[in-house]
Amino acid sequence: MTVQAEDPAPGIMMQAAGVRKSFGTLEVLKGIDLVVRQGEVMCLLGQSGSGKSTFLRCINHLERIDYGRIRVDGELIGYKERGGYLREMHEQEIARQRVHIGMVFQHFNLFPHMTALQNVIEGPIGVKRENRDEVVERAHGILKRVGLSEKVNAYPRQLSGGQQQRVAIARALAMRPKLILFDEPTSALDPELVSDVLDVMRDLAESGMTMIVVTHEVGFAREVADRVVFMADGEIVEQGKPADVIGNPSHPQTRAFLSKVLV
Amino acid sequence: MSLQKSAFHGSGSDHTADQPIKPARHPWRWVAIAFVALLAVMFVHTLMTNPRFEWPIVAKYFTSGTILLGVRRTLELTAIAMLSGVGLGVLLAVMRLSPNPVLSSASWLFVWFFRGSPLLVQLLLWYNLSALFPDISLGIPFIGPDFVKIDANVLITPYLAALLGLGLNEAAYSAEIIRAGIISIDHGQTEAAQSIGMSRGRLLRRVVLPQAMRVIIPPLGNDTINMLKMSALVSIIAVPELLFAAQTIYSRTFETIPLLLVAVIWYLIVVSVLSVIQYYIERHYARGSSRSLPLTPLQGLRKLLGFGPRGRPALPDEKRSAA
Ligand SMILES: Nc1ncnc2c1ncn2[C@@H]1O[C@H](COP(=O)(O)OP(=O)(O)O)[C@@H](O)[C@H]1O
Ligand SMILES: [Mg+2]
Repeated sequence: MTVQAEDPAPGIMMQAAGVRKSFGTLEVLKGIDLVVRQGEVMCLLGQSGSGKSTFLRCINHLERIDYGRIRVDGELIGYKERGGYLREMHEQEIARQRVHIGMVFQHFNLFPHMTALQNVIEGPIGVKRENRDEVVERAHGILKRVGLSEKVNAYPRQLSGGQQQRVAIARALAMRPKLILFDEPTSALDPELVSDVLDVMRDLAESGMTMIVVTHEVGFAREVADRVVFMADGEIVEQGKPADVIGNPSHPQTRAFLSKVLV
Repeated sequence: MSLQKSAFHGSGSDHTADQPIKPARHPWRWVAIAFVALLAVMFVHTLMTNPRFEWPIVAKYFTSGTILLGVRRTLELTAIAMLSGVGLGVLLAVMRLSPNPVLSSASWLFVWFFRGSPLLVQLLLWYNLSALFPDISLGIPFIGPDFVKIDANVLITPYLAALLGLGLNEAAYSAEIIRAGIISIDHGQTEAAQSIGMSRGRLLRRVVLPQAMRVIIPPLGNDTINMLKMSALVSIIAVPELLFAAQTIYSRTFETIPLLLVAVIWYLIVVSVLSVIQYYIERHYARGSSRSLPLTPLQGLRKLLGFGPRGRPALPDEKRSAA
């Protein structure tokens, strides 16, 4: 991605400014301002329905926004600046931007007709047109890193939920993204499988990957996040160091939420 | 519950535990099989003893040049009509699902017309197109000069009329089948594909259609068999396919029944081959699916009779852990 002239500041990977979004008459995002620095791990907490997923999906333009700007590595996502207004990009241009933004879904969304390895190499070979042999070698390395070197040729349905989610992370990683978005990556997992996925994410965080993680795993947020952001009713109501926000919440909504998840 | 104490000794062990386990008996199955077998024997007996079937004549014409050419024509018509029909069907299905209202209504209109009017009438219309448009030309609409101008009678041969009729009809039917297949795929698949930067076309080719195939193939197999049989309709516009070939012979020799039998046997042979092909295509697209694959006819018969491997060992795909 080319760094454009209006690049806010070096070291900023994602910047949202005044992002607003409605579904019909329901305003789901009411002006989100947020900055995520390069290498930062940001955990997004909040009640169900507070707009976390919607915001995450706006970052790679799976959802359109009504107002505001979202930039990833300085580049405006999904729209082009015209004199005084924004024009939505064409499908191909948006696809080109998404190459740099990985996403991991709650329900994994692996391609069920492809093996783990095929899932991982599909993007680099089919979309980025990289050399097949190199990609396959890299994919083996990534699958090993997420602890699945035994399962390269397994189909998703032959894998446990935790294994599927790790393949999904490998699939995102294989694109060498600048940023990975996680939408409740462990919420659909059996409790005993959660830690395998969180371990992989912790490893990624330590390797310097920029991550935005929507999660209910407060323990993970406290331990791994550089910053915790708390959303309620489409707004960011509190953010800061995990120890402060989780340990000593100032907003009543945050307190109410934490008292529910920390039982 | 009246668990008999005596069966369980103090330690909880059961002294009958090492007795063999046998499958349930199915006496009525054997009665049914005997009954069906009797009917089959009666049927074969009639076939063999009724001289009016004239089997020697059937045998004589079965591999005659005219008939074989007819079989080839029938296969050709079916293959070309299916391939072009399904190709156009994919396009129509994608148009129908497009957010562009002009494209989706155009697709709807196409399907409405070609599915809504009898194929026989469509074939006759194509055949008689020259009455409607004596000349067919290629040029700039309304204003420009014509680059090419052809007499419709020359361009629309019976064979082309047959292909147009069968192909466009199939396009209308397969469009609906393919659309149903596409919308059966979870939207999460599309989002995952988009999130790695796939274009719409690639997403359709690599992610949605291969999965939709599982839903699409069985009805398309049905369509192919239907097409094979419907291709007999084009005998009405003098395309020398299988039925027309048989008719040409019996209009000369008056051996009507034996020649119709020749045609029927050929149709049955081709349909059987097609079913086998369909079976393997279905297995191919079942990759990675948890649902068990359809049994082969042999496996099915074994299962029915209660022979053979009891409790078919699970395919690797079926051994899924908690997901
Ligand atoms: N596609 C949609 N159409 C209509 N309403 C939606 C859609 N997606 C989300 N919503 C609504 O937006 C609100 C926020 O949803 P979401 O972003 O999924 O919240 P969260 O991820 O924090 O649970 C909810 O009230 C939800 O019902
Ligand atoms: Mg959500």
